[in-house]
Amino acid sequence: MSEELINTLSSIIANATPLVIASIGETITERVGVVNLSLDGSIILSAMVGFAAAYVSGNAIVGLFAAMLVGALVALIVAAAGIELKQDQVAIGFVLTLLCADLAQFLGDPYARQPGPQILKTPIPFLQDIPLLGPIFFKQTLLVYFSYILVFGTWYWLFRTRQGLALRAVGERPTTAFARGTNVNRLRYIYVAVGGSLVGLAGAAYSLSVKAGWTTPPSMAGDGWIALAIVIFGGWHPFRVVLGAYLFAALRAFATVAQRSADLNIPVVILNGIPWLLMIVTLVLVSSGAIERLLMVLPRPVQKFTRNFLRSDPPAALGTRFDPE
Amino acid sequence: MQVTLRHIHKRFGAIHANNDINLTFEGGRIVGILGENGAGKSTLMKILSGFQPVDSGEIWIDNRPVAYTGPQAAIHNGIGMLQQDPLDVPAFTVLENFIYGNGDGFFLPRKTATQQLKQISQRFGFELEADMPIAQLSIGQRQQMEIVRLLTLGVKMLILDEPTTGISAEQKQILFDALRHLTKEDGLSVLLVSHKLEDVIALCNEVAVLRAGRLVGTRQMPATNAQLVSLMFGQELAPQTRKQLDLSAAPDALVLDHLYLHGHRVNVDDVNLRIKAGEIVGLAGLDGSGQELVLRACVGLHKSVRGRISLKGQDLTGQSYRSFLAKGVAFGAAGRLEEGLVGGLTLTEHIALANESGSFINWTAARQHCENQIKLYDVRGRPDSMIETLSGGNQQRVLMALMPNSPILLALEQPTRGLDVDSARWIWQQLLERRDRGAAIIFSSPDLDELVAYSDRILVFYAGRIFEIPDANRTTIDEIGRLIGGHFEVQPA
Amino acid sequence: MKNQSLLTRIAFGVGPIIVSLLVTALLIVLVGANPIKVVEKLWVGAFQDLASISNVINFWIPLTLASIGLVVTFIAGLWNIGVEGQILMGALFASGVALFWQIPAPFLIPVEILVAMIGGGLWALLVGSLKVYLGVHEIFGGVALNALANVIAITLITGPWRGQAGGNSRGTPSFPPDAILPPISADLNVSLLAFILVIVVIVVIWLALRGTRWGLQLKATGKNARSALLLGVPTGRSTLSAFIVCGMIAGIAGSYRVLFTFQNLRPLASGGIGFLALLVVLLISLRVLWVPIVTLIFALLLGGSAKLKIDLKLDASLIGVMQDTVVLVVLLFNGLRQRIQERRQLKDHFKPTSITATVENQRVIGDTNE
Repeated sequence: MSEELINTLSSIIANATPLVIASIGETITERVGVVNLSLDGSIILSAMVGFAAAYVSGNAIVGLFAAMLVGALVALIVAAAGIELKQDQVAIGFVLTLLCADLAQFLGDPYARQPGPQILKTPIPFLQDIPLLGPIFFKQTLLVYFSYILVFGTWYWLFRTRQGLALRAVGERPTTAFARGTNVNRLRYIYVAVGGSLVGLAGAAYSLSVKAGWTTPPSMAGDGWIALAIVIFGGWHPFRVVLGAYLFAALRAFATVAQRSADLNIPVVILNGIPWLLMIVTLVLVSSGAIERLLMVLPRPVQKFTRNFLRSDPPAALGTRFDPE
Repeated sequence: MQVTLRHIHKRFGAIHANNDINLTFEGGRIVGILGENGAGKSTLMKILSGFQPVDSGEIWIDNRPVAYTGPQAAIHNGIGMLQQDPLDVPAFTVLENFIYGNGDGFFLPRKTATQQLKQISQRFGFELEADMPIAQLSIGQRQQMEIVRLLTLGVKMLILDEPTTGISAEQKQILFDALRHLTKEDGLSVLLVSHKLEDVIALCNEVAVLRAGRLVGTRQMPATNAQLVSLMFGQELAPQTRKQLDLSAAPDALVLDHLYLHGHRVNVDDVNLRIKAGEIVGLAGLDGSGQELVLRACVGLHKSVRGRISLKGQDLTGQSYRSFLAKGVAFGAAGRLEEGLVGGLTLTEHIALANESGSFINWTAARQHCENQIKLYDVRGRPDSMIETLSGGNQQRVLMALMPNSPILLALEQPTRGLDVDSARWIWQQLLERRDRGAAIIFSSPDLDELVAYSDRILVFYAGRIFEIPDANRTTIDEIGRLIGGHFEVQPA
Repeated sequence: MKNQSLLTRIAFGVGPIIVSLLVTALLIVLVGANPIKVVEKLWVGAFQDLASISNVINFWIPLTLASIGLVVTFIAGLWNIGVEGQILMGALFASGVALFWQIPAPFLIPVEILVAMIGGGLWALLVGSLKVYLGVHEIFGGVALNALANVIAITLITGPWRGQAGGNSRGTPSFPPDAILPPISADLNVSLLAFILVIVVIVVIWLALRGTRWGLQLKATGKNARSALLLGVPTGRSTLSAFIVCGMIAGIAGSYRVLFTFQNLRPLASGGIGFLALLVVLLISLRVLWVPIVTLIFALLLGGSAKLKIDLKLDASLIGVMQDTVVLVVLLFNGLRQRIQERRQLKDHFKPTSITATVENQRVIGDTNE
């Protein structure tokens, strides 16, 4: 395999990492029954705060934690407004999207286009020497390695632990969860905060690594919406979500490559449109039951496995409130 | 275990759902809790099992007062309740549901749990596979799963709310056998909430009867159907008299000709049905046996794969629900506020919406019309009341007011669901008046008494198959009950 | 809300504004500026002279149009976040006519606006069709189509619409004079035609929502589409019509941006006006007649903010922060008020009853074991 291709694949993994972290965060949030629509804004705000904190302290790690705090706080506003004040989570999330973006631009003005600390690549000894896989997966930043652990950890937590059962039950049927002694709303607060802090971390992953620095307009604007779509595309399952994130990143990489090579001769703007077209196509596939019809064509033994993998029902109690009485 | 209720009171707004209830239950016995809709029996059971807090009063277990908050705490005290719609998580597998809420620890004890599940299932003859998704189980299987779960948690008193609604005859037999074993061999106390007197007679050692929130009597079994009815209603019910129409010369209102209907879970193939003007056809069957498909096909809400459908000789095959409406069909769904009425709109707005007349709305006229309808249908509400503030009975009255006055066909899903006896009778009076004006009626009901009382013909559905009882007057509830369970080989009398 | 005292009502009306002003003031202090100075500059920026007043009205016109359009979709229960793209498509279609169609002067402008309405309507119909026929939620369909509209606009501006002279990646060449809406006067730089159009749109939509079957059907569809369908409402058609009407009105807003404000097509021609309109609609809970008032306040703030960057070195996004905060706090206060109200009703309903337990009248069953 050529050096160039390995480099491209490696950069796809790196560039997809913020999307992976953010969409896993939102997956956790939605699995527990809460929609945090503010992703696009809270990623931008936490990117700004993360960069600013790192810039001021001179330490990128401080930036990561500051960003996580911001993400968690924003998510908790959505949760509290939904649970305590019975407000529409979508409306609150949307307003927060705008508020966070505006706040980031206003408060981030002094930090715009300043050079700041970055998270550097730390190749893992031995693993990086594996042919092909080593340079692609194990010559990355700590954030990328964290995202690997995050995906497997989330899957394990959701499907292999008692806590995971409670988490999913709260998002699927809170009445049952209550009857089994689970404190529904407390669990929602906890996991929304966890999910939100991951969204915040994704923001910092942009401003401290993938698109290092802070600019206005922010370079990661729009990615929050893509992350939200990836969660749906991923059927609320960590493995499929991560697949979706890598797919989007790969498409973008292809666009950049095509841009550079003149002989391909595809207008760049059309390539820029591809992620959005793909978003619509995948949503259509998932929402319209087209997948279900597609399945009918497949031979029976394959059908069952594919059906399980392509299952796309959202958590049944998504976006609803729960009163114990 | 002995459980005693002392002076239990519970109010919901103006309704005194439980008024000074005092009862003691001993172990090893099956007690039937009887009462008509709204008598307060479900509330009492929810209090006992921790789903509702009590306003005042005490629960004593083995001569000690207990206070618990929530169902989980009630289970710790040995009291577990099986809800009518079993409280599980449809997205889980049987095993996951079994483990959830059962024990502590971090990891899922798959091996031991599977063994436990298998053991108890085998003892009672339950068919539960650990890896089955719950969404694919029948109601009967979900009940079985819930019973296994509660027993594993060490429950000493098992409360069942209408457990025989929506399960097959075999599953009912398995359930009853299990309950008998549990009381006789394990000394459990079982409370059975049911309005099916034949179940109570078959199973219970004694009964307690509630009426309008009060405990009005208890009785040792055996007792006859009539004795129980008189306990519940204060008197024996007179059989309902319904004017029969001579239908021999009546024209066909609706004809279903070789209709093939494909649903999510059940297909109904080759439906042939002629309903005459003025005829009432009742559809019986367990939930999801295919009767909903046929009912909705009659009004164009469910498209048939093959076959023809015509209304008063006019072919409407493949037409939309709206064109059926325009041709004089009316449809009433089971869930009123989900399908039929629009929460957040006033009565006047509903009236204006249902009366097709021009692009502009004359609000003065609509309001006037609404006031007339309120008087005519005796609705407790004002023209500007929001529909969701009305009681269930009044909502059903509004639905009647919205229906056309002399339709060709009325298709109704469970027209008296959740209504008290008075409201139900009133609704049928309205329907019969429309019948007398020449409307054909097709309705479904889980209530066999209602089916026998009002239908000219009954179609019994079982797993997409249809058995016709040509004369509803010459059948018995027992016979329909057997047919619903799928025993089609039994010929009607 | 009727049984609340005047005092609570005033508190809940004014409270959110005070809270959000305090938050904004705190932010200003945080970045080392003087809030009083900011207010001064805003006032001057909005009212200094006829030019600044014109500036305010030029924000007000498209913002009001977009907000009125959104009221229609929100009544039908639709989160038309795609309004931003619909504005841009209106702008794009109008620009197409302005740049390339040779139509006699008196007809050119009406045709431009009409084509803009078609453009906005079609783009909205796309979101609506995705929802009605393919089950794609309008928020995601809308977001994707917003981005695609941008991509298309940029493609045209940098490619085929670049023109021989005057065009660059920042915009197409300026439109011919006949294609541009005439201002009232050189000082009062506002289009009278557009102003009249806004008033007409407000009145027509207000009447249509109150007095027509279409309006009632939209409302029923928005509250409960399933029930509405069973009551005979063509809900799919209702939904699509709401999108189309909104898109058409948004299209007018877009045409105003290019035919008057910019006088050429630029990337991001809608400039976030659609998102701002969403905030307006969240604020007024669907009362059409409140739209022009709230949009006027928003427009005043936007117009005033022009001076902030130049004089105080403050980013103009401060105004956005202020507007977003108001809406957020209003939503939170609404929730708070409902919560307080429910608590009070609960207290009225459940007066505790005291019962003394006596064991004598226990009814016992099961004590006679046969």
